[in-house]
Amino acid sequence: MTPEEKKVFMDKIHAFVGMEMAPPTKGPDDVNKAMIRHWCEVMGDANPVYTDEAFAKASSKGSIIAPPAMLQAWSLEGYPMHSPSKDEALLDNQRKLHKVFDDHGYTGVLGTNCTQEYFRDLKPGDQVIAHTVIDSISEEKATQRGIGHFIETVTRFTDQNGEKVGEMRFRVLKFIPNESNKVESAKDEGKPEVPTRIASPRGHDNAWWWQQVDKGVVPIQRCKNCQTLRHPPRSMCGECQSIEWDFIESKLEGEVFSFVELHYPKFPGYQYPLICAVISLGEGTRIVSNIVGCKPEDVKIGMKVKGKVEQVDEKTMLPQFYPA
Amino acid sequence: MSNTKTVAYKAVQVGDKLPPLEIPITSSLIVGGAIASRDFTPVHHDRAAAQAGGLPDVFMNILTSNGLMGRYVTDWAGPDATVKKIDIKLGAPNLPGFVMTITGEVKAKDDATGIVDVAVVGENNVWGMHMMGTVRVALPKEA
Ligand SMILES: [Zn+2]
Repeated sequence: MTPEEKKVFMDKIHAFVGMEMAPPTKGPDDVNKAMIRHWCEVMGDANPVYTDEAFAKASSKGSIIAPPAMLQAWSLEGYPMHSPSKDEALLDNQRKLHKVFDDHGYTGVLGTNCTQEYFRDLKPGDQVIAHTVIDSISEEKATQRGIGHFIETVTRFTDQNGEKVGEMRFRVLKFIPNESNKVESAKDEGKPEVPTRIASPRGHDNAWWWQQVDKGVVPIQRCKNCQTLRHPPRSMCGECQSIEWDFIESKLEGEVFSFVELHYPKFPGYQYPLICAVISLGEGTRIVSNIVGCKPEDVKIGMKVKGKVEQVDEKTMLPQFYPA
Repeated sequence: MSNTKTVAYKAVQVGDKLPPLEIPITSSLIVGGAIASRDFTPVHHDRAAAQAGGLPDVFMNILTSNGLMGRYVTDWAGPDATVKKIDIKLGAPNLPGFVMTITGEVKAKDDATGIVDVAVVGENNVWGMHMMGTVRVALPKEA
């Protein structure tokens, strides 16, 4: 989009802020035992106040209640949602807003946040009336999925007496899908791709090191002028400033200099428990690697370790260290 | 198995951990959850529609995640607990074949109201964090 086109687009989407998605709409069914039971069956929710009449009556609830998380379910349109009208004039304002995004390349949609508050328990016979307003649209954000805008809606739920029974804030990201993401995830049809470790960054000064690891060798760079070893790889010797170098192969014998156990957040593609350690190698340099083959609580500073290059996932060769 | 005992407010301490719950994610659960929540958006029951959106298969809808988070906390809290709020941040999708493990920890207590905030995380074994958030429940003072 040119800056002018962008401005027209921004004006178009901001015109939706404050609009109601549709007039207040009564859910197609009153709160009822059958739909509650169907929900509990799928969720594996055995809470007796949802389905056991006698128990519920004797409990503090006084009668059967609906699972609070069903709040929005009472208001959804149901089966017609599978094919929204092709006639633009019949679309609700939220769909019209999404269409403006779609028409400008923001075809991706992703729910990111949902906050529901429940002001009272709903019981069979209650009616639920939902009223959704488009509350805000964020500035453009760069996200992992692609560039997009967050749209936040607020839905107020009332009952047959006009009393508020709940409220929901819902945030979706409308985004221009990153092509790379799309190809990656959909390439093996029907099978989710198993994530691998974050790929090693291979630059001008260190790609050669990783290429050796790919062949099963852990090299240590050596100055051709003064024979000083160095790691991680870099272009110049810190002792004599020579830029001439070769390398030796490490025997991968050493001891734990320091270590940490990573608990949280867990990264897809990594096996837990996960120990990251600095290893002092017999050759005199240090290397960052993982300790495997023992329990985290058995790792000690000074512990003797022996390493080998292993394939840790579909794409990654890495030195891994075991207790010696 | 239904839990018929309610946890008393005074028996709960900040830092208490809830027992973890493993949920195998199947096409049946995804489609069943979507239909039970009246959410007929095609990506939750039609694999071709999900693939057109860049995912390899149908994926769990938000109402099901909500329902499982609520269930997880009331499984622990018991039938006389009242859920006041479910606040979820959504992460990686749940797809058939994954296993989601839900864990929880009591993060805050309010003596005046008997309200307890439980931090809940649902992580799947392939793509990591599916949902994380807070479930707020009111507990009876004494059970
Ligand atoms: Zn040198």
